[in-house]
Amino acid sequence: MASLRDVYIIGVGQHPCGKFPTKAAHVLGREVTWAAIKDAGIHPRDIEIAFCGHVYQGMGVGQRTLKDIGIVGQPVINVEGACGSGTLSFWEAWRSIAYGQNNLALAWGVENLSKIMSGGPLPLEEDDIEVALGMSMPGLYAMRARRYMDEYGVSAETLAKVVVKSRKHAAMNPIAQFRKETTVEQVMADPMIADPLTRSMCCPIGDSAAATVLVGGDMLNKIKRDKDRLPIKVLGIAAQSGGYSSATGLTCDPSENVTRTSGMAYEHAGLGPKDIDIAEIHDAFAIAELIVAEALGFAKKGEGATLIEEEKSNYDGDIAINPSGGLLSRGHPVGATGILQTVEIVNQLRGEATGYQVPNPKIGLIETMGGAQPAMDGITCVVSILGK
Amino acid sequence: MSEEKIEYQKPLPDFRPETKPFWDGTKQHKLLLPKCKETGKVFFYPRAISPFPESVNRDFEWVESTGKGKVWTYSVHYMGPTRAYKGEVYVVALIELHDGVKMMSNIVECDPESVTIGMEVEVVFEDATEEVTFAKFKPVK
Repeated sequence: MASLRDVYIIGVGQHPCGKFPTKAAHVLGREVTWAAIKDAGIHPRDIEIAFCGHVYQGMGVGQRTLKDIGIVGQPVINVEGACGSGTLSFWEAWRSIAYGQNNLALAWGVENLSKIMSGGPLPLEEDDIEVALGMSMPGLYAMRARRYMDEYGVSAETLAKVVVKSRKHAAMNPIAQFRKETTVEQVMADPMIADPLTRSMCCPIGDSAAATVLVGGDMLNKIKRDKDRLPIKVLGIAAQSGGYSSATGLTCDPSENVTRTSGMAYEHAGLGPKDIDIAEIHDAFAIAELIVAEALGFAKKGEGATLIEEEKSNYDGDIAINPSGGLLSRGHPVGATGILQTVEIVNQLRGEATGYQVPNPKIGLIETMGGAQPAMDGITCVVSILGK
Repeated sequence: MSEEKIEYQKPLPDFRPETKPFWDGTKQHKLLLPKCKETGKVFFYPRAISPFPESVNRDFEWVESTGKGKVWTYSVHYMGPTRAYKGEVYVVALIELHDGVKMMSNIVECDPESVTIGMEVEVVFEDATEEVTFAKFKPVK
């Protein structure tokens, strides 16, 4: 990949996470794309191509969003990859610049879930055999949790501690959906959704959007932009659809995909897990933080729980995992999530996460997992590594 | 028999070329698994091309499973994927069949909270509609 162009993020924007039923996707999208354009200090008409990640928002969201700003007559592509839609749109923007097709690209993710549902698990394809057997997304992760607890002697209280840490981080993040701290006892006492996962061990329904502006490294000094804003470099990135989880069985385990995809991203960056200071990972359910941390190489298999038990993954720990509060507490507005994670890492690398700044991070990682799928190890996994 | 269809409110699987023989089997109360004729190995979930890395074979036969296995993992579900599950507590599990494959299904005919990893189970058939019969599992007594 040596011949690829360097790509930098020069502007970001994000919207608070929560329930905004009156804000349509193009309204949320307009706020964040405009914020990212202003942050970069570029002229909006210098954008050459734009990618909009979303899942449930209907026709032409990307085009309608940019029409309101005044960006028309451009290639605008809507990107869907389940919960990985946002980062998949980022990957597309990166690709368009890295391979030399464009100089300046916009990538954003958006979702308004509260317009389409009030709560409960995300709707799945009903003709799927596993859905016909009553499987749900929480149920899939619950089965993974049950097996993990059995294999490694981990208790449900450890899963509750993931939520406690997540809420503690989110309490300091001004855009988080849940900003109130909680306790192990409160998490355990919540209604059971799919044993062993209680309600607060599952991410909430919510709405948000976030955006990034990307530019080719050789253009950094050639375009009009705010030169005082620190550009953040894309050091490595990879996107993969799921593989069959194994030839002879289902394991409902997205970690194989995370291992595969992050391996490609590490190789691209010429870095390994030990080089990462800070990570935003896809903790859609509390168990995911443990198995994904292991799949990314932050802990040995079966030892992800020690990161939590020994508070090594707190925002001021050895490896800060989900300083934003993650999907569990910042929120999981499906298509927006991957870009929210990316914006969080950019803010932290720039030293602008006021109130919960990770001490001097140099390299950050983003992992998004779209749609755990029973026969496959996920629908889409995207991993990117950013540095200053 | 259209009455049954109206009564059955939960999602139903569709029949794809790859899965049709499986559902034809369950309708006859047989648990059939696809077997790659080239490698001689059974596999699951059904798919168009043999999953074994050494093979690109598309020639399968369907062989009857022992119908017996162990619970590999499970979860007691208190909230189902659709409205039709409202108020229902049920078990979704991955069953490791003695044939060497894993299969997702429900554990039925027992207290949901009595299910454990490693529990011995055997297949039981539930006719949902005229067209669809599910292969579910119950504890071996």
